[in-house]
Amino acid sequence: MVEIDASNLTHRALNDNLRRAIISGNKEVRLKNVLGQRFIAAGFRYRVRIEIDGIAGNDLAVFMDGPEIYLHGNGEDGVGNTISGGKITIFGDSGDLLGHSARGGKIFVRGDIGWRGGIHAKSYQNKLPVIIVGGRAGDYLGEYLSGGLIIVLGIPEDSRPLVGKFLGTGMHGGTIYLRGSVPEHFLGKEVNEASFNDNDAALIKPYLAEFCQDFGFDFSETMRVPFRKLVSQTSRPYGRLYAY
Amino acid sequence: MALKLTSAEFEVVRDKERCIACFACARQCAFDTHTDNDGVVESDSRLCVGCHRCEVLCPTGALKIVQKERLIKENSNWQSSSFLAIQKQSEAGGIVLAAMGTDRPYTIYWDHLLLNAAQVTNPSIDPLREPMELRTYLGRKPVSFQDEGELSPQLRLEMPVLFSAMSYGSISLNTCRSLAWASRAAGTYWNTGEGGLPQELYAYNDRAICQVASGRFGVSPEYLEQAAALEIKIGQGAKPGIGGHLPGEKVTVEISATRMIPEGTDAISPAPHHDIYSIEDLKQLIFALKEATEYRKPVAVKIAAVHNIAAIASGAVRAGADIVCIDGIRGGTGAAPLVIRDNVGIPVELALAAVDNRLRQEGIRPQASIVVAGSIRSSADVVKAIALGADAVYIGTAALVALGCHICQKCYTGKCNWGIATQDPYLTKRLNPEVGARRLTNLLRAWKMEIKEMLGGMGINALESLRGNREQLRAVGLTEKEMEILGVKHAGEGW
Repeated sequence: MVEIDASNLTHRALNDNLRRAIISGNKEVRLKNVLGQRFIAAGFRYRVRIEIDGIAGNDLAVFMDGPEIYLHGNGEDGVGNTISGGKITIFGDSGDLLGHSARGGKIFVRGDIGWRGGIHAKSYQNKLPVIIVGGRAGDYLGEYLSGGLIIVLGIPEDSRPLVGKFLGTGMHGGTIYLRGSVPEHFLGKEVNEASFNDNDAALIKPYLAEFCQDFGFDFSETMRVPFRKLVSQTSRPYGRLYAY
Repeated sequence: MALKLTSAEFEVVRDKERCIACFACARQCAFDTHTDNDGVVESDSRLCVGCHRCEVLCPTGALKIVQKERLIKENSNWQSSSFLAIQKQSEAGGIVLAAMGTDRPYTIYWDHLLLNAAQVTNPSIDPLREPMELRTYLGRKPVSFQDEGELSPQLRLEMPVLFSAMSYGSISLNTCRSLAWASRAAGTYWNTGEGGLPQELYAYNDRAICQVASGRFGVSPEYLEQAAALEIKIGQGAKPGIGGHLPGEKVTVEISATRMIPEGTDAISPAPHHDIYSIEDLKQLIFALKEATEYRKPVAVKIAAVHNIAAIASGAVRAGADIVCIDGIRGGTGAAPLVIRDNVGIPVELALAAVDNRLRQEGIRPQASIVVAGSIRSSADVVKAIALGADAVYIGTAALVALGCHICQKCYTGKCNWGIATQDPYLTKRLNPEVGARRLTNLLRAWKMEIKEMLGGMGINALESLRGNREQLRAVGLTEKEMEILGVKHAGEGW
């Protein structure tokens, strides 16, 4: 595995070095001493594994479609912004706007995330964005959600709320699975609870198994607590808005 | 169903002597104004939208579409537009939709600005004999001669006119094709709008400006890779401050593939970009796009002309925009709430003058090119815009008129009889893209020659010498304040 020392590199130089390392044939690259550089792997379409040591700046993996990123530290805002594919695994916490407008790919966070996680994520054909949060999520999780899966596990279990308020506000597609409960008044007005059945379990199990493997969580323990399933009331929120 | 109270805006006048009952009108009208009732042509004026398709195509010239002078008895307060809006609202209980640019009588400043010409003291130039330079480069320019390092990426235009953003979805694929083909032929660019780039048009990617809007539809690394330039759409002149919704019924298989959303779902473009709440955030998206395209493509920011436009444009330039596009209140749209289209924003002429002034005062004018939109109707408007400080202009409606559009402003119905703003295969085949491209190329060729004539008349042989050269403009019928903002003298004042 080739290593790049990110100390004192601008985001442009960092991405240039990273791109060169990948083009010259490395399938695994490690970025050391990353300290807030933005846009890491922006728009990358390579099949490559990128390990990051440190704190990745805003818009990590923005527009990305392909690489697998393992961030050994915290993410900041806009992780996986408008991502089309690939995987981002964060061993710490992450900030606001995680997976904004994601159209595919997996974003796994071991810890907590900030506000507006998974906002306006979409699915299309065989593309399905999957966001799994090991800890807790802030307000407006799944706002405008139009496709994809958002799963919040709430580990470790304690008295703190699993998610913030205005959950799924403006949601018109996709599914949110919560491992545990949430106060009724936290739900956005476009959100309905649906029964969690075997199909749901079959759908999320492989992703959760992968998640547990990445972070060393106990899979059966993770599945022990019942899940709540939340869906949108309509896929046509603007069906009767206009006069023609 | 209850009796419809909506008034007819048009009257279909049929000359019975000339009508041969061929039913061409019935076949042409997607609004079912004309019908075949057992061999007799019947027309229901209430359904007519005034697109004039039947009138133009009637083989015997038997039809005349007449706009009713008044829907109610004379009343200076109650104009037809407010009256009709209430009728529609009270029937449907929804927001009244409108399309294309506002038709309200706001001052059109282009029509109050006159161009100069050379007489005696400096010679005019004959563009038929002497070279005239219209080539325009859009992008960030070096600020000083000492400025070293690499030149920012530039778009090269053979004339200062581009086709403005119209998405596949709002217009048909044949219309997109016409624009793309014409862009290549004329050496300019077309703009995908926010609906993504149809795969069939990847062949014209070197001429495509690809938009990144709040819905991020079709925005994939492949899309960014295809583009000649990227444009972050913050706002649109016809609907500043609000988002857009492509209703599910218009999201066909093809549209869904381009937008990358499931068929039949509402495509929602939120009002703001969720990742842009400040100039600093805008900078972040600009640089995310630059990073993703390795700094090889100019990044434009399109904003609607609003009250504080000069400061906003300055912020966009400082945030790293290579091109700032300003869309005025008369700018077009495929669909917008009537009340927004007709009441929000300011005319592009005032916005352009204010922005150009501000960027000059701040010493950052070379850092970005300015492209204006929001009703450029003729080559004279282009020349006046350049003299006011623009680098180039976007044309939307003018291009559609070249393709047959008769400005009936019913784009949002998806039933465009001219085959432009529709996805209905029966209607879209009415526009042959080869013919369309030829008509657009002709239009640009004609404007190019006219621009050269006007330039030559002023004794100027390069567009660059006209840019921001407001001495070439004089105002007629404007107030002191308007002239102050436009930075022009009144007609009758010399140098």
